[in-house]
Amino acid sequence: MTDATQSGPMLAADGTPLKKSLARSLRRRKLRALALIAPLLLFVLLSFVIPIVSMLFRSVENGIVAETLPLTVVELKNWDAESGELPDEALYAAFTKDMVVAIDEKTHTRLGSRLNYEQTGMSSMFRRSGRQIKKLDPETDGPFKDKLIDIHDGWGDIETWRTIKTHAVPITNGYFLNAIDMRRTPEGAQAQPEDKQILIKLFGRTLMMSLIITASCILLAYPVSYLLATLPMRVSNLLMILVLLPFWTSLLVRTSAWKVMLQQQGVINETLVWLGLVADDARLVIINNQFGTIIAMTHILLPFMILPMYSVMQTIPPSYTRAAKSMGATNWTTFWRIYFPQSIPGIGAGSILVFILAIGYYITPEIVGGTKGVFISNRIAYHISSSLNWGLAAALGTILLAVVLLLYWCYDKIVGIDNVKLG
Amino acid sequence: MSNDAAFVEFQRVQKSYDGEILVVKDLNLSLPKGEFLTMLGPSGSGKTTCLMMLAGFETATHGEIMLDGRPINNIPPHKRGIGMVFQNYALFPHMTVAENLSFPLEVRKIGKSEREEKVKRALDMVQMGAFGSRRPAQLSGGQQQRIALARALVFEPELVLMDEPLGALDKQLREHMQFEITRLAHELGITTVYVTHDQTEALTMSDRVAVFDDGRIQQLAPPDLLYEEPENSFVAQFIGENNTLEGVVKSIDGDSCVVTLDDGSEIDAKPVNVSAAGERTKVSIRPERVEFNKDRLHADAHTLKATVKEFIYMGDVFRFRLSVAGNDDFIIKTRNAPDAVRLSPGQEVEIGWLAHDCRALDA
Repeated sequence: MTDATQSGPMLAADGTPLKKSLARSLRRRKLRALALIAPLLLFVLLSFVIPIVSMLFRSVENGIVAETLPLTVVELKNWDAESGELPDEALYAAFTKDMVVAIDEKTHTRLGSRLNYEQTGMSSMFRRSGRQIKKLDPETDGPFKDKLIDIHDGWGDIETWRTIKTHAVPITNGYFLNAIDMRRTPEGAQAQPEDKQILIKLFGRTLMMSLIITASCILLAYPVSYLLATLPMRVSNLLMILVLLPFWTSLLVRTSAWKVMLQQQGVINETLVWLGLVADDARLVIINNQFGTIIAMTHILLPFMILPMYSVMQTIPPSYTRAAKSMGATNWTTFWRIYFPQSIPGIGAGSILVFILAIGYYITPEIVGGTKGVFISNRIAYHISSSLNWGLAAALGTILLAVVLLLYWCYDKIVGIDNVKLG
Repeated sequence: MSNDAAFVEFQRVQKSYDGEILVVKDLNLSLPKGEFLTMLGPSGSGKTTCLMMLAGFETATHGEIMLDGRPINNIPPHKRGIGMVFQNYALFPHMTVAENLSFPLEVRKIGKSEREEKVKRALDMVQMGAFGSRRPAQLSGGQQQRIALARALVFEPELVLMDEPLGALDKQLREHMQFEITRLAHELGITTVYVTHDQTEALTMSDRVAVFDDGRIQQLAPPDLLYEEPENSFVAQFIGENNTLEGVVKSIDGDSCVVTLDDGSEIDAKPVNVSAAGERTKVSIRPERVEFNKDRLHADAHTLKATVKEFIYMGDVFRFRLSVAGNDDFIIKTRNAPDAVRLSPGQEVEIGWLAHDCRALDA
């Protein structure tokens, strides 16, 4: 080291600044570490981060109207949607031109389905008009206004044009509004009609049921974890295997087993009827509703509660309870004042894990949830695979993600995430 | 010590964990009020088990434990009113120091103002008055130890148990705390049962020491007797430094006997565990009681030829390793006094001792 009286950065023996020389000596090690994680990093990036980001982007992305009907969109800017009058001939001409190109490229049906999310009937209107608009020549066959209205009344409806104009923007908040039971209208955001308001309720139900599942997991897991942590190693290892056993069985099998157990002709009902506790014509409905979902998911998520609790309880030395008892505390006081407070990090870790898993669970509610016991994730899956409204699915997914992150943040503020121990 | 005055009493206590091996075999022990008794022994000797039975965390397989004249076998730990200090202190990490101390008072439903006053007094007693609002994790090992002590004393128990409480401290702190604990115990007049495997701790702190080995008390005596008059070769070797020579008793004459060592040489000893000539014995002599200055021995004393192997300078004492009667690890210690002799390796000397310093024990 150079002498201490010199000002400026510390110098290494050869005169280069010490920091630089240290960085150089560490560079190889850093590169090596990077090379070791590179395959995983690349894999996560390609198969996880990029799809998620693109999915999130879909929740606001709305280029389809402007791309399919470029001339129409320009003309629509000149039309006052509040005027109460149909657009003029110029717009119909531009629209015909756009449609002919779109029909040629077969993109008009896609636009139809997109607009159908906003106003029912649009999809069939585009599909049916398509065949006839194809026959028109945009150069010679004008004027088009009356011809189009002849082909389908819809083109003579102001609402059609208002919808197209409202959703012509390339970035839209429409999906998010839909996701919270609202819709984008020319007059701004408005609530959906009563009969279409289901998503907020579904979000609420998802949160509520996840909370119930988390709470029942805590109640069931706490005594088991306590036993595991206090029994001698040999016995507790055996019990641990029983806890872990479900992990080696397919999730689908376990869920289907619940179906067998809980259905009206199932094991539980048959037994109760046989015992005469339940009348044959009043069998319990314990599946295809919220009750069924709660039971099956509590069972499936229980190990995720037991493991963190167990690992925390294992670190609580028995001398604490002994000390408390030697000071005159009863068993209950010892548990409540000494043991329980120290086991809270385990409850916290387990709860976060179970709650976050529960809130996004799909397969179990799908199988045993019926219509009343499904989660928001089932709705997302429906929009992904059945209604093909990916934008709405993405918006719902984004909201779900945000809710989870928000809860996580709250938890960090209240309990402190560094109190969470998983092992 | 008459049985009537016994405050704590073990009567023929046995303990087994697995039904096959007795960890504690036929333990009889009684201590009067105010005594500081140390259970000393190697690990696995049953001393901690005894403490746990007294505290109520283990039940005796057989026998009776009495506290203040009452059998306590069926009394749960929290009703025994025994203060306890644990090896790792067991301070509750989620409570402040003051809350830790207040806990035993709260469970006794003592009023808030009285509680605060007692906590303050207990903290002052261990010179930790300023630390009431700290968390245990913010304290050093020595400070935690003081708090643990204060917590065990704050509800004024008549009996305090300590399970190797100083094991985790460094040497200097440990010596200081040894002094503090004995001072407090005597000032407050509490009966203390202290478990340790550190013999220095046992000797310096206790009124009496019970040396445990193999589930039995090998000797129960005040420290000086234990050191100077061990009753068997386990105690002789376990307590302090000790030289052992093996041989056969040649003759016994009242308070002294002559032992023929295995190499044929003869020495004087005091018969302790031997009763007749011809018995095998181990004689035990403390390093500081060996004399190599012939003038200080009796004229007719037996002496042994020895070769100096090593000289170790230890500051206050000199330590010599000698080869005596086939034993290469025979140690002699002399005080570093102005007239002290320094033997050099290779030198041949004659050593001997007073008959009553050398004890002929069981073989």
